[in-house]
Amino acid sequence: MSVPVEATVKPGAARSPLREFVASYARSRIAVAALIVLLLILAVAVGAPLISPQNPYDLKQLDIMDSKLAPGSKSGAGWIYLLGSDDQGRDMLSAIFYGLRISLGVGVLSTVAALAIGIVVGLISAYKGGWTDAVIMRIVDLQLSFPAILIALILLAVTGQGVDKIVIALITVQWAYYARTVRGAALVEKRKEYVDAALCLGYSAVRIVLRHIMPNVLPPLIVVATVQVAHAIALEATLSFLGLGMPITSPSLGLLISNGFTHLLSGKYWISFFPGIALLVTIVAINLVGDQLRDVLNPRLK
Amino acid sequence: MAPDEFGPRILTFNSWGAKAGHDALQSGQSRKAMLAFIFRRLAQSLLALFVMSALVFLGVYAIGNPVDILINPQADQAEIARVTASLGLDKPVWVQYWHFLTAAFSGDLGKSFASNVPALQLILQRMPATVELALVAMVIAIVIGLPLGLWAGLKPDSFAAKSIMAGSILGFSLPTFWVGLMLIMIFSVWLGVLPSTGRGATVEVLGLHLSFLTWDGLKHLLMPATNLALFKLSLLVRLTRAGTREAMVQDYVRFARAKGVPENRVVSVHVLKNILIPIVTVVGLEFGSLIAFSIITETVFAWPGMGKLLIDSINVLDRPVIVAYLMIIVFLFIFINLLVDILYTALDPRVRVAGVRA
Repeated sequence: MSVPVEATVKPGAARSPLREFVASYARSRIAVAALIVLLLILAVAVGAPLISPQNPYDLKQLDIMDSKLAPGSKSGAGWIYLLGSDDQGRDMLSAIFYGLRISLGVGVLSTVAALAIGIVVGLISAYKGGWTDAVIMRIVDLQLSFPAILIALILLAVTGQGVDKIVIALITVQWAYYARTVRGAALVEKRKEYVDAALCLGYSAVRIVLRHIMPNVLPPLIVVATVQVAHAIALEATLSFLGLGMPITSPSLGLLISNGFTHLLSGKYWISFFPGIALLVTIVAINLVGDQLRDVLNPRLK
Repeated sequence: MAPDEFGPRILTFNSWGAKAGHDALQSGQSRKAMLAFIFRRLAQSLLALFVMSALVFLGVYAIGNPVDILINPQADQAEIARVTASLGLDKPVWVQYWHFLTAAFSGDLGKSFASNVPALQLILQRMPATVELALVAMVIAIVIGLPLGLWAGLKPDSFAAKSIMAGSILGFSLPTFWVGLMLIMIFSVWLGVLPSTGRGATVEVLGLHLSFLTWDGLKHLLMPATNLALFKLSLLVRLTRAGTREAMVQDYVRFARAKGVPENRVVSVHVLKNILIPIVTVVGLEFGSLIAFSIITETVFAWPGMGKLLIDSINVLDRPVIVAYLMIIVFLFIFINLLVDILYTALDPRVRVAGVRA
């Protein structure tokens, strides 16, 4: 079973497995809508500098006279702030576009890195067994018995703010889960006949693990990782909101929301509200796509 | 229900070997096995406590200069020299760790820079507010989550059930702080019916200040507690629904119906009793995470609990308070996990039967 990358899914582009996959994915209209929304968000995140009305972090383009304008207000230069402006006179729409870029970037980067680490550690654990396995699994157990937010908080309280630090924190809270899942799946695969066959052919252990076991363990994990990106984004936003995440130079959605929080009580809702909606739509879209992928690819449900 | 539906956080359910102990009990079938399990579990907890305290120590003391961390930046040379000597910084790391550990066990986790009060005392003062918030949140989650989950499990194809399940997905995926902001925006700013910050009037009962006994305190408590409850509510809905659906097709339900037991009684006595064990376990386990998650809710609603204290302390680099908070919460978590594991094995009727038979 293979997991086609979403971008390569074109109806009719390939033979039956892919077409079947597309057809069963499309069975849920909500999931299709979520996929379209997600692709749009990705496009916005990638193309933020091209489509934003203003570069929100170029101070020359900001006009302090335009600060805290309500959505739909006209700027001093004559164009319209569709979603209003913040206390610096920054166009909220542009800030959200740039924020999406940062939030998604951090979420995807940390999840991919955690997945890679988890796979390596999980495979080592499953293959080596014995003491190595016991020690690794105790560490995983210890870590998973605390909530992710607490571990991330401890790390950031010790290391301080920074993009690199929050990425490290997000990797740290995610790897253990993948390691455990990979180990479990690899142990099941290890007992299967094709592994015996490969052993009989005299293949090296490394080759069997990487070329035979890993491809069979990977697909369900990638689906889980899709949903995990949403968790990572939410966690980053939460940490940034608490003032422990992103530095002020990399304003993610969470930081925008945090910035607007002080103005929320005085009725200037848009500074906080719209970045929140962007965050929400992103998280829900990723969740819906991930859930549908899981249902489609889950052999038990077929 | 696939475990990954909840993400890694929920997997803590049996991560600490409750299941392993359980299996051992069922196969070993003796009280001896139970004792052995409790001892092994206790040893595990102590080891975990040891490891976590070492990590906190290494994190806060070894990274960076401990003197900078432990004393006020405005301190003079004499003070710096005094603290350096008292910490024994010329000694090897493990000796320093031993000092840290023994001091911690005697309740000395340093003094707060900001208020010059022992850090531990500062946190213990704030603890009742957090525990009250977490308890009320748990009550809300149970009182609302259990009936909704039952309903969704009994009539899985109804529109109401589907709405409940969709709502629970939202409850899982929406970030807590965002929901809190929306609550404030709607109920404080737009409708102006509920206060957005603080704890309101409190009543002193047995030396503890409690909010939920005054009308003003209750009004202050409602939004933060609901906010904190939302995630657990969704979790309970899912657990109850899954348990109900599983139980409804069991033989004992069919037997009760055949016997002519009214449907209400089948659900409220037979089904509920059977699905309650895993739910009680999860409620217990999740209490620790409620305390941890209250960090977010307390920050949003300026609730004067220990979570807010932690964030404030991090913002002003009040390190002794940070260390004290971390040590307390680590201890709390390990303690709760231990307690739930032991209770779980003790309460599960299958285990009890196994014990009696032996």
